[in-house]
Amino acid sequence: MALYSNTVMDHFRNPRNLGVLEDANGIGEAGNPVCGDIMKIYLKIENGIIEDVSFETFGCGSAIASSSMATELIKGKPVEEALALTNKAVAEALDGLPAHKMHCSVLAEEAIKEALKDYYAKQGLPFPGEEPEGCDGCCEGCTLHQ
Amino acid sequence: MNIYADNGATTKMSQRAIDAMIPYMAEFYGNPSSLYSIGQKAKEALDDARERVAKCLNCSPQEITFTGGGSEADNQAIVSAAMAGAKKGKMHIISTAFEHHAVLHILKKLAGEGYEVTLLDPGEKGIVTAEQVRAAITPETCLVTIMFVNNEIGTIMPVAEIGAVCREKGVTFHTDAVQAVGHIPVDVKAMNIDMLSLAAHKFHGPKGCGVLYVRRGLPIYNIIEGGAQERGKRGGTENVAAIMGLAAALEESCENMEEDNKRLIPLRDRLIEGLSKIPYSILNGDAERRAPGNVNFCFEGIEGESLLLLLDDKGISASSGSACTSGSLDPSHVLLSIGRPHELAHGSLRLTIGADITEEEVDYIIKSVGEVVAYLRSISPFWHDLESGKRQHMISEHWR
Ligand SMILES: Cc1ncc(COP(=O)(O)O)c(C=O)c1O
Ligand SMILES: [Zn+2]
Repeated sequence: MALYSNTVMDHFRNPRNLGVLEDANGIGEAGNPVCGDIMKIYLKIENGIIEDVSFETFGCGSAIASSSMATELIKGKPVEEALALTNKAVAEALDGLPAHKMHCSVLAEEAIKEALKDYYAKQGLPFPGEEPEGCDGCCEGCTLHQ
Repeated sequence: MNIYADNGATTKMSQRAIDAMIPYMAEFYGNPSSLYSIGQKAKEALDDARERVAKCLNCSPQEITFTGGGSEADNQAIVSAAMAGAKKGKMHIISTAFEHHAVLHILKKLAGEGYEVTLLDPGEKGIVTAEQVRAAITPETCLVTIMFVNNEIGTIMPVAEIGAVCREKGVTFHTDAVQAVGHIPVDVKAMNIDMLSLAAHKFHGPKGCGVLYVRRGLPIYNIIEGGAQERGKRGGTENVAAIMGLAAALEESCENMEEDNKRLIPLRDRLIEGLSKIPYSILNGDAERRAPGNVNFCFEGIEGESLLLLLDDKGISASSGSACTSGSLDPSHVLLSIGRPHELAHGSLRLTIGADITEEEVDYIIKSVGEVVAYLRSISPFWHDLESGKRQHMISEHWR
């Protein structure tokens, strides 16, 4: 079997919602360059709906595919659904990720949470979701998301 | 266009090597230890191969042991010298921080068993010097094991000088020459090499077949116990066909070496020059003392695996030292050993071109890598941080 599913390769080769969102009102980032992945998510939220979303990613094929898929999963959805997005859902939507690439889906979930947190902060509202784990993509010794 | 630029990983078998193997699978398939004629025919082939390999390395046939590849030869060489050392109460081994894992992992195991292991620093150029070796040798040193050519960055060690120091000090010298043999001149006598490992698949021979050369008089310990094959030093029915392929490929590579390198080195340098024009790129390893086909770069702000996947889409097969391609969490220990920071080492690309490459193909690689790096940077928040000054560039030369 190939390393990645066809869905992963499709999202890697043709990323959805790629780029900077100029009028974003929530921006979040997860990961760090030392470990080789950074994801940045831009959200434009209006009336409790994710009206638009985009991403930029530094990372491997599955990192790019995970961010692309994650944006697809929350686009046009109510904020509550975005808050409830799990890395598992991202990985499943990609028809699975290799075990050592699961952290890429974790980073996607984290980056979206960070962007939502930023949105709430900018609105002067308390963050209703679960705090992001603060995962930096450096998985050594990390047991947060088995 | 389809370009195989990963000859450091393995090579396409040459037709001459394939032709040399087929009779020993189809016709003379007998066991070399058997008495009847198809067995004896295989035995004759083994003797013949051993003689031809010895000639290529400038040693005698009795000094050649066929193994199941480069890793096995490395393990056997190191264990042999370590056990011989322990008998004399000498348990210090000198090596380098950027050896292949076939060497580093057995050294780690020996360290766990009480050996003291010194790993020399290859420095920014990626070359360990004979002076470093001399300074590290103690009365307890039983083995110096230093690779001939680094498999990732292609740098060539001053093996003859290191060999001379070891000979002078009476310390056994092993070199992992897996990336050297068949590509640059190797002469075990002239270079004072006591032990040497090679693997057929790096010079257009078959996989899973290698050689351990051990200078006459030095002890060899078995790591595979079994029958009396290879003078009792390596149990197991010989892979006669592969050994014939190895001998043929080695002869062919040595015959063609000078001519191939005359063509290959200028093309390698053209590739290096072309890729150097990409902003914030840096060549890994010394530009002069490097294997004829090796090009290794780091590009700021991108990650190596996505680079490889997009190059594959353009028909180019290459490799990288990023964590994502090494299957571990850290990027290549080789790039870290020459002082590249993690952030930079993730964005590495190794192109190991073969002698059959054309100028047109080299130019296609340069163009393709340039396009893919530019695209990946355009979507990389890390690159944008570097460009905006939010993070510091790591490569100081501002080639823009
Ligand atoms: C420098 C070096 N040593 C050892 C090896 C291991 O050789 P093999 O794969 O034949 O066991 C390789 C090949 O990957 C190598 O490049
Ligand atoms: Zn993690």
